[in-house]
Amino acid sequence: MSKNRKTLLRIISAFILFAAAFTAFRFTPLKSYEEYAAGWKVADYRFYAYVLPYLAAYLIAGYDVIKKAFRNIFTGRLMDENFLMTVATFGAVALTDFAEACGVMLFYQVGELFQSYAVGKSRKSIAALMDIRPMSARVIRNGEEVTVSPEEVETGEILVIRAGERVPVDCVAVEGRGSVDASSLTGEFLPRDFSEGDEILSGAINLTGAVKVKALKKYEDSTVAKILDMVENASSRKAKSENFITKFARYYTPAVVIGALALGIIPPVFTGGWAVWIKRALTFLVVSCPCALVISVPLSFFGGIGGASRAGILIKGGNYIESLAKKGTFVFDKTGTLTMGAFEVAEVYPVDKASEILRAAAIAESGSLHPIAQSVLKYAPVTDADGYSLTEIAGRGVKAEGRGEIILCGNREFMIENGVDFPSDNHAGTAVYVAKNGGFLGNIIISDKIKPNAAQTVCELKKSGCRTVMLTGDNAPAARIVAEKAGVDEYSANLLPQDKVSAVENIIATKKPGEAVCFVGDGINDAPVLSVSDVGVSMGGIGSDAAIEASDVVLMHDDLSSIITARRIAVKTMRIVRQNVIFALSVKAAVLLLTAVGITELIGGMWLAVFADVGVAVLAILNAMRTLKVKKQ
Amino acid sequence: MKKTYKMTDLCCANCAAEIERDVNKIEGVSACTVNFISQKMNVEADDGADYAKVYKKIEKAVKRVEPDCDLVLL
Repeated sequence: MSKNRKTLLRIISAFILFAAAFTAFRFTPLKSYEEYAAGWKVADYRFYAYVLPYLAAYLIAGYDVIKKAFRNIFTGRLMDENFLMTVATFGAVALTDFAEACGVMLFYQVGELFQSYAVGKSRKSIAALMDIRPMSARVIRNGEEVTVSPEEVETGEILVIRAGERVPVDCVAVEGRGSVDASSLTGEFLPRDFSEGDEILSGAINLTGAVKVKALKKYEDSTVAKILDMVENASSRKAKSENFITKFARYYTPAVVIGALALGIIPPVFTGGWAVWIKRALTFLVVSCPCALVISVPLSFFGGIGGASRAGILIKGGNYIESLAKKGTFVFDKTGTLTMGAFEVAEVYPVDKASEILRAAAIAESGSLHPIAQSVLKYAPVTDADGYSLTEIAGRGVKAEGRGEIILCGNREFMIENGVDFPSDNHAGTAVYVAKNGGFLGNIIISDKIKPNAAQTVCELKKSGCRTVMLTGDNAPAARIVAEKAGVDEYSANLLPQDKVSAVENIIATKKPGEAVCFVGDGINDAPVLSVSDVGVSMGGIGSDAAIEASDVVLMHDDLSSIITARRIAVKTMRIVRQNVIFALSVKAAVLLLTAVGITELIGGMWLAVFADVGVAVLAILNAMRTLKVKKQ
Repeated sequence: MKKTYKMTDLCCANCAAEIERDVNKIEGVSACTVNFISQKMNVEADDGADYAKVYKKIEKAVKRVEPDCDLVLL
C-alpha cells in the first residue's frame, strides 16, 4: 500500500472517530461530560469516556508526527513542523481543549496529505514533460540484433530503430528513409524527414518503419543526455527569490516561536488570563511552520523550466528565468541570428538591365568558388560560359574574355583600375560591379537575408519595454539595412569578436539597477559574449556542444520567436512566484495579527492557523503548476 | 567527483533546503544541491577527500533532518 493511501485510511478512521465524539459531546446529553474533562476529574469514569475517543483519534491521525517530534528533541531540531505541531496540540490538551487538539492534528494531516499529493502530481507531470530518455537500443552485433541499454552503444555501430521507438544516440541514417518526431526536443511539432546520410538526433521518435542507422556519438555525448543533464541540474543555479525564501524561512520560524513565547508570557503577567494567552501562543506555533513558503517558489521555477523545455527552450536555472523576466537590453548578433547567415542576391541595378547583368556576371563567376560568386551562380545559373577565358584577380574580381566580349565582374576598385566609369551609389550590402567592353552595366547587391520573424520579435521586445541592440562584424551599410529592417534601436558595426565582448560589457556597466542584459547569438563564435552577458541565449544550437556549454538558455530550433516565448514563460513564472510569496506571507501575517489581538479564536481558532499553514501550501502548489502550461506562439 | 543520489521519502521542502545547507558545510564537499521536486541530491566532492568518509557525514546530515530518508546512488 502506498504511503499516501495508508495516510488516507488513517485520516478517514481518525475522522470518523473524531466526528462521532464531537457530535456526541456537543449535541447530546453527553455534553455534560466535557465539564469532567475540563476539570481534570480523573477519578470519574466520565472523564475517560470523554477523553479516550479524542485521544484515540489524535494518535491515529498524528502518531508519526509525535514520533518525529520526539526524535527531534534528541537531534536538536526544535524548529521543524512536526515538533511545532506536537507542542501546539499538547498545549491544547494541557488547556483541556481535547477536541481542538484532535481536530487540529487531523486537519494538519489532511493538509499534509493534500500537499504530498499535489507535489507528487506536479512531479509526475514535470517528469512526463522531460520523458525523452531512450530506454533501450537495438544494435546489430555479429549479424544479430541485440537489445542493450543506450549507454552500451559504441560509436560506429549499426542500430535498428523501429516505428515508435526513441532514437537512443545521435546517429546518421544508413538505410531507409522516413520521418522523426522531435517535438520533445525542439517543441516543433512538424515531423522531420530524413533519408540516407541525414543526421538524426537522439531523443526523437521514429514515426515510420524500421530504419538502420550508424551511431555517431556515445550516449553520454548525445543530445538527449546533454539535455537531460542540463534540465536536471537546473536546480543548482537558484534564483534570488528562491534563496530569499529559504533564508527567510530560517529566520521566520524562530522569530514566530519567540513571538509565541512572548505572547504566552508577557501579557498574562500583567493582565492574567493565562489560558487565553497560551492558546494564542499555541496558534502562533502552528502558523510558524515554514513549509508552505519554501515549497511554492522552487516548484514554480521547476515548472517554468519544465514548461519551457516542452517548447524547445532549455533554461539552465531559475536565476536565468528571473533575469529573462526583467526589462532590459536584448543584444543580438547579426549574422546567423537576425539574418539567415546565407548570402543571397538581393537586388540588381538597374532593374531594366537585370538579365544582361546577371548573364555577364554568371559567365565571369562560373569558375570561382568565392562565396559571393557562389551566391550569384545560385541566383543566375550559368548557361553558356563556353568560349570564355577567365582570369581571377585576387581581391578584385574576375575578367572574362571571349566571343568578342570582355566582361569585368568585381568590386569598386576593380572598376577604377580598369578605367570603367560608374555612377556613385550607396547600396547596402556587398555590391558586385559588372562591366562589359569597357562600359558599366550595373550592380548586383549581395546581402544576407533577414529572418522572417526578426522584425516581429524585435517589435514585441520593444513593446514590452526592452531596448534592442544589434552587434556585427559586418560593414556599416550592411549593418544599417538589417538594423532598419529588424527595427532594432541601436547597432554597432565593424566589431571584432573582442569588441563585441566590450560592447556588451559597456551595456552591462551602464544598465539601470534591476535590468538584465541578454545576448542572443548562434552559439558558434560568441562563447565569450554569451558568458559575460546576464543571460546568454544561443539559437538553433541543438547538437552543438559548444553552444549548450556556453549559453544559459538554448533555443533548440532556429526560430527567433522562441525568445518571445521564453520571455513570456519567464514573466509568467515570476508572476506566479511573486503571487505565491505574497499570498503565503500575507495570509500568515494576517493570521498572526488576528491571533495576537484575539480575533482568530472567534473565527476558528487553531483550525484557521492550520489552514494558514497547509492550506496555503496546497493553494501555492496548485498555483505553481500553472507554470507548466505554455501557450505556443 | 560528482555524485547524484535519489532521496527516498524526502517529505518537506524546508527539510530539503536544510539538508542542502548542512551538506554544504561538510569538509570535503565542494558543492551540494538538493532538489526537492525531483528528489535528488547532487554532490560535488573534493578530489583529494576520502569519499567514503565524506559520504558517511553526508548520510548523517541527511538522517538528522529526515530520519526516514535514504540515499540511493544513481
